[in-house]
Amino acid sequence: MECLLGIKCNDFVIVAADMTRAQSIMVMKTDENKLHKLSNKLVMAISGEQGDTTQFAEYIAKNIQLYKMHNGYELGPKAASSFTRRNLAEALRSRSPYHVNMLLAGFDDQDGPQLFFVDYLASMASVKYSTHGYGGFFSTSIMDRYYSPNLTENEAYDIIKKCVREVHQRLIINLPNFKVQVVDKEGIKDLPTITAKALANE
Amino acid sequence: MARRYDTRTTIFSPEGRLYQVEYAMEAISHAGTCLGILATDGILLAAERRNTNKLLDEVFSSEKIYKLNDDMVCSVAGITSDANVLTNELRLIGQRYLIQYGESIPCEQLVSWLCDVKQAYTQYGGKRPFGVSILYMGWDKHYGYQLYQSDPSGNYSGWKATCIGNNSAAAVSSLKQEYKEGEMTLKEAKHLAIKVLSKTLDMTKLTSEKVEMATLSRNGNKTNIHILTSKEVEELISEFEKTEAATETAKKEQKTKG
Repeated sequence: MECLLGIKCNDFVIVAADMTRAQSIMVMKTDENKLHKLSNKLVMAISGEQGDTTQFAEYIAKNIQLYKMHNGYELGPKAASSFTRRNLAEALRSRSPYHVNMLLAGFDDQDGPQLFFVDYLASMASVKYSTHGYGGFFSTSIMDRYYSPNLTENEAYDIIKKCVREVHQRLIINLPNFKVQVVDKEGIKDLPTITAKALANE
Repeated sequence: MARRYDTRTTIFSPEGRLYQVEYAMEAISHAGTCLGILATDGILLAAERRNTNKLLDEVFSSEKIYKLNDDMVCSVAGITSDANVLTNELRLIGQRYLIQYGESIPCEQLVSWLCDVKQAYTQYGGKRPFGVSILYMGWDKHYGYQLYQSDPSGNYSGWKATCIGNNSAAAVSSLKQEYKEGEMTLKEAKHLAIKVLSKTLDMTKLTSEKVEMATLSRNGNKTNIHILTSKEVEELISEFEKTEAATETAKKEQKTKG
């Protein structure tokens, strides 16, 4: 039902997540934030079982903050992603697994932007661009068509917009709003939320 | 009077001392010497080998220097059997970090975790402390090349050059004199290590079977760990003897002139 999008370019990575929260067949709200800040240069876009998502995102975020307090330096995006995957994998084999899917977008001061795909079976892959959810069926082809590693921030934002427009047009599920964030060497930055209303006016 | 307080590790004496811990430290000051030197382009450890017997089978290429993971090496001074337990623990700690975070453990964290184990043995009852001091050399992305030392009490500290084991105080003071901060290459550090060892070990002649040495340096994106072969050590020693002889003759000449 939910949709996460992410694109990694040469000097930044952009992520977007829908803002719909549904209960059974009913939409409860359309301004939910599914992008969690894990550290200064790391964002987790998360979807899945309600409750599991918040619980897991907060658990990981707090542990990454704890690591920083312990050691005086932050976990890099790669180490933080491994840590996330490991926790998910261990929970998966316990009595209380988390049913969550994630895109982890971060910036490493040495290795540049990073984007990781993690699903509820705790598989992890470093990707150039990726999606989660039914929206992915319609947007992956768009990303395939328009992706280039040297995109500017605006161009990447436009690709995300194209994907959202397609989701609006073709997907049977109502996902009007998408929250968008960029991670680069300066840190995490909010981009204007993509809304059905704004797209209609363009 | 001390006897009432030194049989258990956990009990303070009236003067506020922990005798068992102090005795453990004492045990180390009789052990084979180990020294470490930090250079600009790498780092090295050198150790004195005590067990030299021609009947001894050469199963172990190195007796005192252990590789811990891709980026760290340690050398130990003290009771060897205790040291084996601790190096095993160090490797476990390193692998646990690797499996959780997907990258090598930062040097100080490894040292700190092990020191927690060592400290526990000075506090919890019925156990004696580990009679081992350890020198660690390593590289991590946060602080680059690093040299650490830990002792049986569970204290640890970072150094530019240091020494543990027999006669270590003398070695540290000569390292203090000869260490050139921020301008030492690994090559110079090797020569200095041989020089200090030959002063510290009271032997007339240093031989390659008495010395173990390992270097750690970065090449591109990889850490290179190299345990010197006995031939390489031999070369270092003969080079040292040559320069020593040269300075000796120079001194004599100056005397005759004067």
